[in-house]
Amino acid sequence: MMTTADVFTWFISAIASLSIIAFVYARFTAIKIEQQEGRLHSRPNFFGWYAVSRLCVPTLGLAFLYSIFHMAGLINSNLLLFCVSFGAGFIYLFLGLKHLHKDFRARQAVEKVSRRLFFLAALISIFTTLGIVFSVLFEAFRFFTIVPLWDFLTGTSWNPDTAFLIGAGRDEGGAVPEFGSLPIFAGTFMITIIAMLVAVPVGLFAAIYMSEYASHRVRNMLKPTLEILAGIPTVVYGFFAAITISPLVVHAAEAFGLQADFTNALAPGLIMGIMIIPFISSLSDDVIRAVPQPLRDGSLALGTTHAETIKNVVLPAAFPGIVAAFLLAVSRAIGETMIVVMAAGLRPNLTANPLEGVTTVTVKIVEALTGDQEFDSAFTLAAFALGLVLLIITLVLNIGSTIVVRKFTQRYE
Amino acid sequence: MSSPSNLKRRYRADKRFKLYGIAAIAFSLCFLTFFFVDIIGKAIPAFEQAYIQVPVTYNEALKSNYNKAIPKAYRRLVSKAFLRTLPQKLEAHPELLGTTQPEWALANHRVDQFLKQHEGHGLKKKYRSKVEQLYQEDKIEFRFNANFFSRGDSKMAENAGVLAAVMGSVLVLLITILVAVPIGVMTAIYLEEFAPDNKFTQAIEVNINNLAAIPSILYGLLGLAIFINVMGVPRSSALAGGLTLALMTLPVIIISTRAALRSVPQSIRDAAYGLGASNLQVVMHHVLPLAFPGILTGSIIGLAQAMGETAPLLIVGMMAYIPEAPSSILNAATVLPAQVYTWSSESMRAFEERTAAGILVLLVVLLSLNALAVYLRKRFEVRW
Repeated sequence: MMTTADVFTWFISAIASLSIIAFVYARFTAIKIEQQEGRLHSRPNFFGWYAVSRLCVPTLGLAFLYSIFHMAGLINSNLLLFCVSFGAGFIYLFLGLKHLHKDFRARQAVEKVSRRLFFLAALISIFTTLGIVFSVLFEAFRFFTIVPLWDFLTGTSWNPDTAFLIGAGRDEGGAVPEFGSLPIFAGTFMITIIAMLVAVPVGLFAAIYMSEYASHRVRNMLKPTLEILAGIPTVVYGFFAAITISPLVVHAAEAFGLQADFTNALAPGLIMGIMIIPFISSLSDDVIRAVPQPLRDGSLALGTTHAETIKNVVLPAAFPGIVAAFLLAVSRAIGETMIVVMAAGLRPNLTANPLEGVTTVTVKIVEALTGDQEFDSAFTLAAFALGLVLLIITLVLNIGSTIVVRKFTQRYE
Repeated sequence: MSSPSNLKRRYRADKRFKLYGIAAIAFSLCFLTFFFVDIIGKAIPAFEQAYIQVPVTYNEALKSNYNKAIPKAYRRLVSKAFLRTLPQKLEAHPELLGTTQPEWALANHRVDQFLKQHEGHGLKKKYRSKVEQLYQEDKIEFRFNANFFSRGDSKMAENAGVLAAVMGSVLVLLITILVAVPIGVMTAIYLEEFAPDNKFTQAIEVNINNLAAIPSILYGLLGLAIFINVMGVPRSSALAGGLTLALMTLPVIIISTRAALRSVPQSIRDAAYGLGASNLQVVMHHVLPLAFPGILTGSIIGLAQAMGETAPLLIVGMMAYIPEAPSSILNAATVLPAQVYTWSSESMRAFEERTAAGILVLLVVLLSLNALAVYLRKRFEVRW
């Protein structure tokens, strides 16, 4: 009995060694022809690659078809896979070997295949998008057949604990599971707002300083240093927020006579804001530097101070780019996972107090999909419904930022 | 128009504005310093581990119950990880039977934390004076914690290490490289050099920019729904994680490769065409080699990003308890960031410093990868 891994290994090694043989054979045939009959139309290497393409195209194509049928559970025979795919490859290769003569346009044939290969690679990114959209959409749709869309979007109580009992057929007349996502989105937006309150002023002023005040050398040192902040893994920020910042927030709140939860919204919000600083500063720095110097010179010549020039001339000119950076940063904050998983709470909480624990969309997705629940229960399907909303929000923000840049950017010729 | 006092006010505002900028930079740099000092300070104790000298008696009883090998007073102080190796040791060296020898044993994490004077060490009061006495008599000593680098995860904090997670990370990244780099580079070549300028090409471009901004956790949902549920890739396996991360890294590689290809001047292409090279030959023989440093830099940055990623891997189940390094890409594995996450949710105090140490290892690798990328860019950058 061969495992899938064995089949895969055998298939890859077989096709690799056969390709080498085909390449060497066709190349040497071509060289022999050239010695006997004079200069070939294409270089011998192209003859080799031509043979490889004749072997691999039908073999890999059929193997791909086979794996689709295999996954659908229609066929399960490794012998069939090897016989059919390699058989077709051999037949196609032998038919192709007849073409090996002096005037054969091997280069054009190889180029046609490779162009198609490049095109196929480009299609994968489309398939990735479709994959994300459909995997989320399909499961979310199943969720909405259990829980009405309207209840999901407007309900104020998230209480799914009994859902997996029902999913396991053990509905013991307990409480009805509730899937009102409003408190979850409220928590997400609260943490996002806290993050943006940190990231926007700091990032923007850092960008203004780097592009307008700092010397070339200082800027070249500052920019990569700030970008370290974006390169730190989010799981590290999560640990830092939970272990170091949360207790600090609690102590600070006590000093003001306030009560703060250890899983407060402030700590992950602050840390997320710091993580986002380089997004805002780098993108804003680029757009501020793209504002043409004559605009500044003109303004300074009218007698304004440096700060007035920046506020009244440079920033308005760079405004669309800054807004685009802001929208991208918001989408980043909403989709951020590890910081909130580790430092924010698990309990959905509809509150405006940042010292209380709140939970977010991403926390709930992780919670639902990392447990041992049945995959088909409404509890796990809810994760996909939340994912769908997350996807829609980020897509709207991305498209929004593209439109802002396209519509409102001034062209200075 | 402006009176002198007004002018003074404007100059003050000007200075203040500059000061805001400096304050913003200073805030970021202070945070960065505080962050590194805090993490390193928390991590350093983990690189030392207490060892206790105990008299080990090799007797018959040891074979069935390893606890009987050492005096009762020591049983709560020594790690089980040490005790459970004793039966095998006796089997390998039968001549030891009936002897009693002093041996250096791995100390329990409570003893370790108590001697490091960490709060929440969990050592019971009745053992404390004994431990302190042993420490005074040099029967307990601190050594470099080599286990941390040579062992996998363990429920016993004193025995837990990063090796399995590091090996898992290597496997996952290998798959990511093998899938993402060729596809990404080919996509970029297609879009820059071959694609006709039509709606479809524009759709692909918009699509790639959108993919780059999609939250990573949604790639986890894709991996779970498509790779695991539809294609039947084993859950928690390095293959599932690697494929998921490959799709996530793809846009980064495509975007940086396109930038690298675009920076090769048109004159190079024109010269090659002039000599009779075909479209493919121009790309393969001239443009690609010249763009290679840029592609390499972009790929390293993309991989560094993938290496620090946790959320999509949690969704495809890569947070399993993995004591041994995975032997195949289909076996359950974990990665370094996921290990950090699982350790951080452990309640034992000793895991906190191990979490920080794991983070330190992760940060060192990531920062060196990024430094390598910067170095390569500087070293091979060509100004046309």
